[in-house]
Amino acid sequence: MLNPISVAFKKAKQENRPALLTYTVAGDSSKKQSLRILKSISKNADILELGVPHNTPVADGSQIQTSSYRAIKNGIKVNDIFKIVKDFKKFDKNKPVILMGYYNMIFQYGENKFLNKCNLSGVNGLIVVDLPWPENKNFAKKCKKKSIYFIQLLSPTTTKIRLKKIIKDSHPMNYFISMLSTTGGKLKVSPKDILKNYTKIKKIDPKKEIVIGFGITEKTIGKLKSADGLVVGSAICKEISKSLKHRQNPVTNVSKLVKKLKNKIL
Amino acid sequence: MKLKRGIPVIDQGNKLGFWGGKFGGNFVPETLKKPIEDLEVLFNKLKKDKKFIRERDKHFKNWIGVPTRFIKLENLTEHVGGAQIWSKVVSDANGGAHKIYNATVHCLLAKRTGKKTICGDTGAGYAGKMLSMAAKKFGLKCKIFMGAKDIARQQPNVKAMKKNGAEVVPVYSGSQTLVDAVSECMRFWVANCDTTAMCVGSTVGPAVFVRICGWSTSQISRELKVQLIDEFGSIPKKLKLYNCVGGGSSSFGFWNEFMDYDKKQCEFIGVEAGGPAKSKKHAAPLTYGSKIGILHGAAQYVNQNSDGQIEETESISAGLDYPGISPLHCFLKDTKRARYTAASDEQALEAYKLVTRFEKLRPSLEPSHAFAVAISESKKLSKDTIVVVNSCGDAYKDRGILEKRLGKKYVKSN
Repeated sequence: MLNPISVAFKKAKQENRPALLTYTVAGDSSKKQSLRILKSISKNADILELGVPHNTPVADGSQIQTSSYRAIKNGIKVNDIFKIVKDFKKFDKNKPVILMGYYNMIFQYGENKFLNKCNLSGVNGLIVVDLPWPENKNFAKKCKKKSIYFIQLLSPTTTKIRLKKIIKDSHPMNYFISMLSTTGGKLKVSPKDILKNYTKIKKIDPKKEIVIGFGITEKTIGKLKSADGLVVGSAICKEISKSLKHRQNPVTNVSKLVKKLKNKIL
Repeated sequence: MKLKRGIPVIDQGNKLGFWGGKFGGNFVPETLKKPIEDLEVLFNKLKKDKKFIRERDKHFKNWIGVPTRFIKLENLTEHVGGAQIWSKVVSDANGGAHKIYNATVHCLLAKRTGKKTICGDTGAGYAGKMLSMAAKKFGLKCKIFMGAKDIARQQPNVKAMKKNGAEVVPVYSGSQTLVDAVSECMRFWVANCDTTAMCVGSTVGPAVFVRICGWSTSQISRELKVQLIDEFGSIPKKLKLYNCVGGGSSSFGFWNEFMDYDKKQCEFIGVEAGGPAKSKKHAAPLTYGSKIGILHGAAQYVNQNSDGQIEETESISAGLDYPGISPLHCFLKDTKRARYTAASDEQALEAYKLVTRFEKLRPSLEPSHAFAVAISESKKLSKDTIVVVNSCGDAYKDRGILEKRLGKKYVKSN
């Protein structure tokens, strides 16, 4: 059976648009709200990334940090995250879900046990921010055995030789970091330049799906729509924080935002 | 797991940067892979380059003012009535602490790369103060990340950093201490690694930073070895080296040159921060058996919960208030080359009182932890045992805390 992640890319291509990937932090603002948000955005998002909150994140900007600390404060545990995914899959079993987080969380849970739980709850892919290639070779192999995509990150600082090696070892989906930044930074490179880098990477192996992330908002997403997929994270986390501040319902606000994002790439 | 003889410990990691196959490594975002690799290539080349070593030594001598004193604490020895208690007064170094060695080397490296800005983290404020001094000397712009809680409790060092022209960035996330400062500094580097060099303030972080820091602070033991031979004619038969351990930079540097001696002759004792006596929180992962985890790019023993969230620490000493510990010390612990124990806040304060009562020496709260254990163990040791405590920082920065905890006389009299 084809991994639902690949199915989602196929579907987006048929509709002549990039796949829309959303990122929310598991347990933000609470376990229940987090599930409600996933359910409400699933009709407009093609792939759902769910952040595993960690309290010493070395690559996240202030928006995702705020969401993560909020989720941890509200008591989210790794097992709750699997539960959220499982419950979501009961609602929409074909929607791909990717967990994104830091390696210590997996390491403490135990790699094998973590992957088994991924299978049981319906996780389709993993992004581990601080487990770069070649350190991730073994773990990526384990993921493959479990039919889970291990998604490699590629950065503007990744050298050409390294790009080739990483892509050769990679699974069908990779993630290109648009610029030198933590998540949620202001887009300091023009969309044109980002796409130029993207095209170079895409040429190495055109069969691999490459999504672009970091710094993508409602304003910039339209200009990047020639990519295979686009990830919006911090803008969504910011919307949750804003909603809570104004005592509004984050579920409806996030849902509206994702709909708007989708409209920009049609 | 085995410690090899004849090879510097900093070079005993494997290809991926793991000591003993499991401590250290490079758990970093992809963006940092290239800058870290570049720094590795540069450092590996320069540490063998005679011209670079001469340049380092010139600055160490003329600017830092090495060697620092090695003195006998006669009155304290007499009062304790056991082993001979000596001190390596590393706080003599320019700026008042050992952090100057690492800061200087990082600035020299940054100059070679042509980067115009250097960023760094700080807990007690010494790493930040020294980096700001070195950056100023070598014409680099400097940005220091410091937890908001530490900014409040280590004001003298904050003032010094600002005076040197550094930008001090307060970090409000998490526990607002060193752990958050290091995270924020790494995040800043992720976003600015094309124009900015990073200095990690201790023997922590991705493997190359552990190595650079250990290489830099080893100046301490190079001097001590010469001073011991000058004083005793040879390395004493019973030598015990006490040092506080937070991230582990001063202790590693204090021990490095003695690594190949048998531990029966030359024992290393690392003293972690046990925190307040009544609190369950501490900053002593080695003493209290914390599990291996990943923090700031390296695998190490680290205080964490069962899920892998890093736990908050508590210590009177900002410089030791860190949930993790250098991979080098994890390696020295598991190979049983060094022994680790902890002193509480209260024990450190008592030791500070005792040392300042008997000697013209004013150790900061960090080395006061080492003095606490050294004094208590010295009582039971023979007179021919040479106990050396690294007094790696000066208490000037702790004025506020000392006044609050011990009263004005302990601040004024010094």
